Amino acid sequence: MSYVIKQQGESRSFPPGDAFLAGAAARADIVVHLGTPVAADSSKKAVLVELDSEYLADHVADDDAAHANVVGFARFRNGTDAPSPLVELVRMRVTSAAAVASAKAMFESAGFTVVVCDDQAGRILDRLIRPKYNAALRFLDEGLATAADMDTTCKLGLGYPDGPIERVIRGGLGHHCDVTETLFRSYGTPAYAPPRMALAAKRRGEI
Amino acid sequence: MSAAIKTVGVCGAGGTMGAGIAIVAARAGFDVICYDTADAALVKAVDQSRAFFGKSVERGKMSAAERDAVMARLKHSTDIGALAACDLVIEAVFEELSVKRKLLGALDAVCPEHTIFGSNTSTLSITEIAAGCKRPDRVVGMHFCLPAQLMKLVEMSPGLLTSDTVFKAAWDWTVQCGQKPVKTQDKPGFILNALLVPFNNDAIRAIEAGVADAASIDTAIKTGLGYKMGPLELIDLIGLDTQIRLSEAFYPVTLDPRAACPPLLRRMVAAGLLGRKSGRGFYDYAGNTMFGA
Repeated sequence: MSYVIKQQGESRSFPPGDAFLAGAAARADIVVHLGTPVAADSSKKAVLVELDSEYLADHVADDDAAHANVVGFARFRNGTDAPSPLVELVRMRVTSAAAVASAKAMFESAGFTVVVCDDQAGRILDRLIRPKYNAALRFLDEGLATAADMDTTCKLGLGYPDGPIERVIRGGLGHHCDVTETLFRSYGTPAYAPPRMALAAKRRGEI
Repeated sequence: MSAAIKTVGVCGAGGTMGAGIAIVAARAGFDVICYDTADAALVKAVDQSRAFFGKSVERGKMSAAERDAVMARLKHSTDIGALAACDLVIEAVFEELSVKRKLLGALDAVCPEHTIFGSNTSTLSITEIAAGCKRPDRVVGMHFCLPAQLMKLVEMSPGLLTSDTVFKAAWDWTVQCGQKPVKTQDKPGFILNALLVPFNNDAIRAIEAGVADAASIDTAIKTGLGYKMGPLELIDLIGLDTQIRLSEAFYPVTLDPRAACPPLLRRMVAAGLLGRKSGRGFYDYAGNTMFGA
């Protein structure tokens, strides 16, 4: 399926050289906004908006039927790691099923695995994994086990490809701090509060 | 072979975990006494052990003679007195503090002074379990993972009164068995369940909150993180009732809101949706459809 890209600045989902950028057409029924302002265009099957940690509702009002074909998306990245094959599509109350289906088909034809979620903070992955990383970092502070033993436990006991400590550090503790600060503002529960190690890393200026 | 540990007892050896631990010990060359109060369960465990080692022979991992030797090292008894010859006794009985304490008290009367008691608890405090016997310095947490005969990980935890010498002896024995021990403090859930149980509850709460359906959550976790199984698939595998039991074990001790049992989980269990074992949980294993679809 063809798509048009409107880009301003570097995309977190599709860094320079990414095949998805090269696959864009000059004209198409799907528009992908990468850092550009969203304009309502009911003539399109779907208008896609790349999201970072913000809501889709930050871009368009979520009760305006004029935006029924606007769909948010983010390609999951663990901080500075390379982007994963996962695209989280974000819908609002007014989002049409047809627009979601078009967006899903477009990304799948480009080789991505697509899941659909509501416009909630952290979408699926950050909502679920950041509290776990917070717990692991807190356990490390409390001396429950060494970082190596915690990671080994998750790899051997649960079959994870890497442990929570090595993953969160690899992705950047400063990045983890940014993500959890946003989640904590949204949900207000202690599980999302940035842990000491992440706060300290950010204050040191680490990414 | 450890100079100190030659004979190993396994309590609750008629259960899946106990039978697996017995296989690990026998395979490593130790004499093993499998103890359970239920004779039928022990007989079944013997058959399963024989079948396991039979497959090992078929796959060329051991010879028929080695299989016979391993099986000869596995003795079975419903008499706790049979554990009197053990240097190490590992309990894998029902996950209830009073049950484990009572067992250790009984073992105290049977086993010689040097015998080390290992507990396979996944949620209870080693120190609290050790209080059930007169040798708390010789009690060590040894949490194997299911299925123990295949999973290398063992979470090893000293209680407050466990002696360094005893902990090292148990640790060394675990290594001799070809396992990979990791050391944790005596805290609820150690590492594995302390991270996993709240995470699984969070996934259920994401469904409750309407973030996404079960299949989308599992797909996101597997694709985004490279996990082999999503949290809701895993809960279906271990049983939704087990997830409730784990939550109920953790929350009163930790008061961590993430450990509290999600209401959806209780409703599903009340409806008989226990996961794979009942044919339906977050997924329907007859029609292979998703819960709520």
